[in-house]
Amino acid sequence: MSASNKPVNQKAWFLILPVLVCVAFSAILPLMTVVNYSVQDIISPERRVFVGTEWFVAIMRDEELHGALLRQITFSLAVLLIEIPLGIALALSMPAQGWRASVVLVVVSLSLLIPWNVVGTIWQIFGRSDIGLMGAALQGLGIEYSYTGNAAHAWLTVLLMDVWHWTPLVALLGYAGLRSIPDAYYQAASIDGASKLAVFWYVQLPKMRGVLMIAVLLRFMDSFMIYTEPFVLTGGGPGNATTFLSQFLTQKAVGQFDLGPAAAFSLIYFLIILLMCFVLFNWMQRVGTQAKEGDHA
Amino acid sequence: MARIDLDLAHAYGLKPQQDSDYALLPLKMSFENGGAYALLGPSGCGKTTMLNLMSGLLQPSQGAVHFDGQDVTRAPPQQRNIAQVFQFPVIYDTMTVAENLGFPLRNRKMPAEQIRKRVGEIAEMLDLSGQLNHRASGLAADAKQKISLGRGLVRSDVSAVLFDEPLTVIDPHLKWQLRRKLKQIHRELKLTLVYVTHDQVEALTFAQQVVVMTRGRAVQMGTAAQLFERPSHTFVGHFIGSPGMNFLPAQMGPQGLQVCGKALALNALQGDLPHGDLKLGIRPEYVRCAGSSFEGALPMQVQQVQDVGTHFIVTASLQGQVFKARLAMMAEPFAVGSTVWCQVLNDKSCFYRNEEIVA
Repeated sequence: MSASNKPVNQKAWFLILPVLVCVAFSAILPLMTVVNYSVQDIISPERRVFVGTEWFVAIMRDEELHGALLRQITFSLAVLLIEIPLGIALALSMPAQGWRASVVLVVVSLSLLIPWNVVGTIWQIFGRSDIGLMGAALQGLGIEYSYTGNAAHAWLTVLLMDVWHWTPLVALLGYAGLRSIPDAYYQAASIDGASKLAVFWYVQLPKMRGVLMIAVLLRFMDSFMIYTEPFVLTGGGPGNATTFLSQFLTQKAVGQFDLGPAAAFSLIYFLIILLMCFVLFNWMQRVGTQAKEGDHA
Repeated sequence: MARIDLDLAHAYGLKPQQDSDYALLPLKMSFENGGAYALLGPSGCGKTTMLNLMSGLLQPSQGAVHFDGQDVTRAPPQQRNIAQVFQFPVIYDTMTVAENLGFPLRNRKMPAEQIRKRVGEIAEMLDLSGQLNHRASGLAADAKQKISLGRGLVRSDVSAVLFDEPLTVIDPHLKWQLRRKLKQIHRELKLTLVYVTHDQVEALTFAQQVVVMTRGRAVQMGTAAQLFERPSHTFVGHFIGSPGMNFLPAQMGPQGLQVCGKALALNALQGDLPHGDLKLGIRPEYVRCAGSSFEGALPMQVQQVQDVGTHFIVTASLQGQVFKARLAMMAEPFAVGSTVWCQVLNDKSCFYRNEEIVA
C-alpha cells in the first residue's frame, strides 16, 4: 500500500550521477580497457584485429600458467593453514591489559608497518648465507641453505617471510575478537567446570568467528595476489619455483608485451579471486547460521 | 549442599585505606544449608562481589570462606561445586539447548545416559522440552536466560546455587512464573539458594532470609517481617517498603522526648531511650491521622493526597520534613493545605542514633 502511494520522482537519479561518474572513471573504464585488449590483437596502433575468445583459449592452455596457478593455490592454502592457527595462538597468549598489553601490541604490529619491498629486502639479506643471520646460522648448522639455488628452500623462505609479515594481522584481529567477549562467559564456563580446551572450543573460538572470517578473507586475497616480496627476494626463481600468478602476469604484460593474453588472464584472475571469496564467505557464514535455519523449520 | 560461612572483606584496589576503598567491608555471615537467601541493595552496594566471593570467581582480599567448616578461600569455582547464574544470559553458541544444559555434567564426566535423563528433567521444569534440539544461539533472550538458569540447576549435588539478578532480562509476566518455579525447585531439591536483586518485592517473596546491603556493608539480615517491623539501620527503613520509613529528628533530654521540637509523652516501653540526638522512624503503614490533636500526634500541613486504589498516600510536611502516611480509603480525604494530626509515636516507632537502631 505504501509503495504505491510514494511519489515518483525521476529527478532523484541526478543525485547519484556524481557517484556514477566517479565509479565509471575509477573502475569501470579502466576495466573495460582490459576487456578491450583481451578480445583484440593489436599489431600496431593503427592495425587491430578482433580475435574473440582466442586469447582466453590460448592462455588457458599455457603450461606456464598451469604451473603458476598450482603454485599459487598451494601457497595460499599453506599461508592460511599456518597463519590462522598461529595467529589465534598468538592472540590467546597476548596479555589482556596493563602496560604489558600495550608493549606486546606494538611489538606484534611492527612487521605490519614495514613497506612490502623492504620486507623482501630484509629477508633477502636475512637469508644470505654469507652475511645474513638466518642463512649464516643454517650454514653453520651444516645445512646447505640457499634460497637462490634450491627451489624448496626458496619456496619455504617465501612462505616463512609471509608468515612473519602477516601473522600479526591475524593475531591482532583475533585479539580484538577475544577482548570483546564479556567476562560473564569465562565466569560461567569456570562455574560449569569447563577445561581450558573447552573454553577455547565453546566460548573463544565461536566468539572469534566473525573476525577470523575477515582474517581468512584478507589473508586469502592478499596472498593470492602476492607480488612484491617474492619479486624482491627471489625474483620468481630459481627457475619458476616461486613465480606466482601476479608475477607471471607481469612477465607476460610488461616483459613480453603480450597484452592480449595478459589482459585475458587479468580478467580470469579477477574472476578467480571473486569466486574464491564468494565461496569462502558463504561457507563461513553457513558454519555459523546452519542451526538458526533449523530452528524455524 | 553445604553451610557457607563468610568472614571476610574485599577491596579491588591493592591498599585499602578508608571504608570507601572496600567493595565489601568486613563482615561475618552464615548461610544455612538448604536456606533461601536474598542479597538486596542498590547498584554498587557489593551484592555481586559477595556472590562472586562465595562462588570463587573472586578471592577475598582478607578473611576466609568456609563450606561446611572447610576452608575453600583459595579454591577455584570448579572445586567448590557451586552453581551460578548471571544477570545476562550466557549460552554456548555452537551447542544445542540440550548440550548447553548438559555442559556442566559433561565437564564432570557424568555418563551420557544420566546426563540425558537429568537434562530432560530440567528442561521439563523450565518448559524447554520442545526446544532441546534447537541451536541455542537462535533463541530469544528469555529462553536463553532459562537455559542459563537450567545450567545452574542441572547439577543436583551442588553446595549452593547463586543467582545474580537472573530475571533482569525476563518479561514481567514470565518473571512471576520463573520466580515461583525457583521457589518450587527450592522446596523440591532442598538446595541452598542465594539470590541477588535490587528489587525488594523479588527478594521478600523469594527468600526466607534477606540480607540488606548498602555501600559494601551488610546492614541487616532477617525475615521480611523483621526488616519491615524493626529495621536495624535507617537504610533498611528507607529501602524496604513503598513508600519507605519516615524519619524525624528527635531529642531525648531530662525533660523527656522532643520530636521536631515538640514534646511528646513516651509510653512505659520506650522509657529507657538514651539521652541526646536521635532519629524517630515510623512506617507510613503505622501512622494514624486525625483532624484534631491526639496522643503521640503532631500537626502537619497536607501537601498531596494520592489515591492508589486500595488506599491513600498522604504526603504532609512538618518544619520542612516530608512525612508520608498510608491510610485506608476514607469517604472524605484530607484537603491539600489543611492541617492534619499524624501519630508519630506509638508502639511501632523505632529510634536511631548514628543510623543504627537504639530502641
